[in-house]
Amino acid sequence: MKSIKTLTNGIIKENPVFRLVLGMCPTLAVTTSAKNGIGMGLASTAVLICSNLVISVLRKVIPDKVRIPAYITIISGFVSIVQMLLKAYLPELDKELGIFIPLIVVNCIILARAEMFASKNNAALSVLDGIGMGVGFTFALFIIGSVRELLGVGEWFGITVTANLFDPAIIMILPPGGFLVFGILMGLINKFSSINLNKNKDCASCPLPCGASSKAKGDE
Amino acid sequence: MIMNSIIIIAISAILVNNIVLSQFLGVCPFLGVSKKLDTAFGMGGAVIFVMTISSLITRVIYGSLLKPNNLEYLNTIAFILVIASLVQFVEIILKRFIPPLYKALGIYLPLITTNCAVLGAALMNIDKNYTVLNSTLYGLFAGIGFTLALVLFAGIREKLEYSDVPESLKGLPISLIAASLVSMAFLGFKGLFGI
Repeated sequence: MKSIKTLTNGIIKENPVFRLVLGMCPTLAVTTSAKNGIGMGLASTAVLICSNLVISVLRKVIPDKVRIPAYITIISGFVSIVQMLLKAYLPELDKELGIFIPLIVVNCIILARAEMFASKNNAALSVLDGIGMGVGFTFALFIIGSVRELLGVGEWFGITVTANLFDPAIIMILPPGGFLVFGILMGLINKFSSINLNKNKDCASCPLPCGASSKAKGDE
Repeated sequence: MIMNSIIIIAISAILVNNIVLSQFLGVCPFLGVSKKLDTAFGMGGAVIFVMTISSLITRVIYGSLLKPNNLEYLNTIAFILVIASLVQFVEIILKRFIPPLYKALGIYLPLITTNCAVLGAALMNIDKNYTVLNSTLYGLFAGIGFTLALVLFAGIREKLEYSDVPESLKGLPISLIAASLVSMAFLGFKGLFGI
């Protein structure tokens, strides 16, 4: 039972983007289209699953004091692998996502899950958590990317949808549109969901001190 | 000639391609530490300092160690380790010599390690083939741009605290919408200098 709960946790209840507010930089930067959103989401998911696995296996070996540098080294190893694979097999996507692929290293989600979950749970659960969180992240990026692509260029996955219904507002695929769509989506989710988690944790931002500690306390 | 390129880098890094508002690097601290003006200044200062030094060191390491040995694939790992140790160093220095600032920033300092702006600047220097001097300058100016965005936004957020916002937009959503407007204002610098 616990494993199913762990798996689904990240998808809706603790969606990393809308709920935990982690990994904002890629969320805002690469979601200019639905395709890019999914690509970024999957790349991060791969890294997240691998790093969660390795960190939870090594959790008793890594001394507490140097755990953050150790985690970062593990994570950046996997990121380099993903980066090389993308360069070799999907060069187009690699170009689109550009600098944000190596920046997965500092994506708050990955370090935060390592700190909050993988360092406290066994390997199987950590992998499930990685999958759940990764899917949740990909899903969120896909939604934001779809909205921005639809409003910004009137297309979805590169196919024209809105035709002549309205003139696309190019601002939506420019940086301001990213902030705007994300803010409004988050507001809508708050409005239509019963539990309002964001209220007292709007600093949740990056992993360690704020997000991780308040979350960990809530869990136990 | 050199003066010219310095000015171009400065304007491009601070205004035109502001690292937070148009490149989306360092959004987490941008939203996390921008609640009060004085912490925004402190965090900005720390980021400027770390970013300048890390841009210099990573560029030197890349030029003298990684590139000659064809180890470019180690870029990410090498850079993040340099940045992590630098942050630790800054933390120790602040704790020892400027305790009030250390107290104010407290938990946010370690966050610089995972501030994508710092690693992003280091990687961008390599991407753009900047020289050592230009990389250092870019780090400095990108840090200043970060601070500018942070401080401007902190001012807005302090006002936002007292305004009447719809229940569901309270907190982060309304801040994001405000950030969108700030970012839109920075969009106005596009086309400056033809960069």
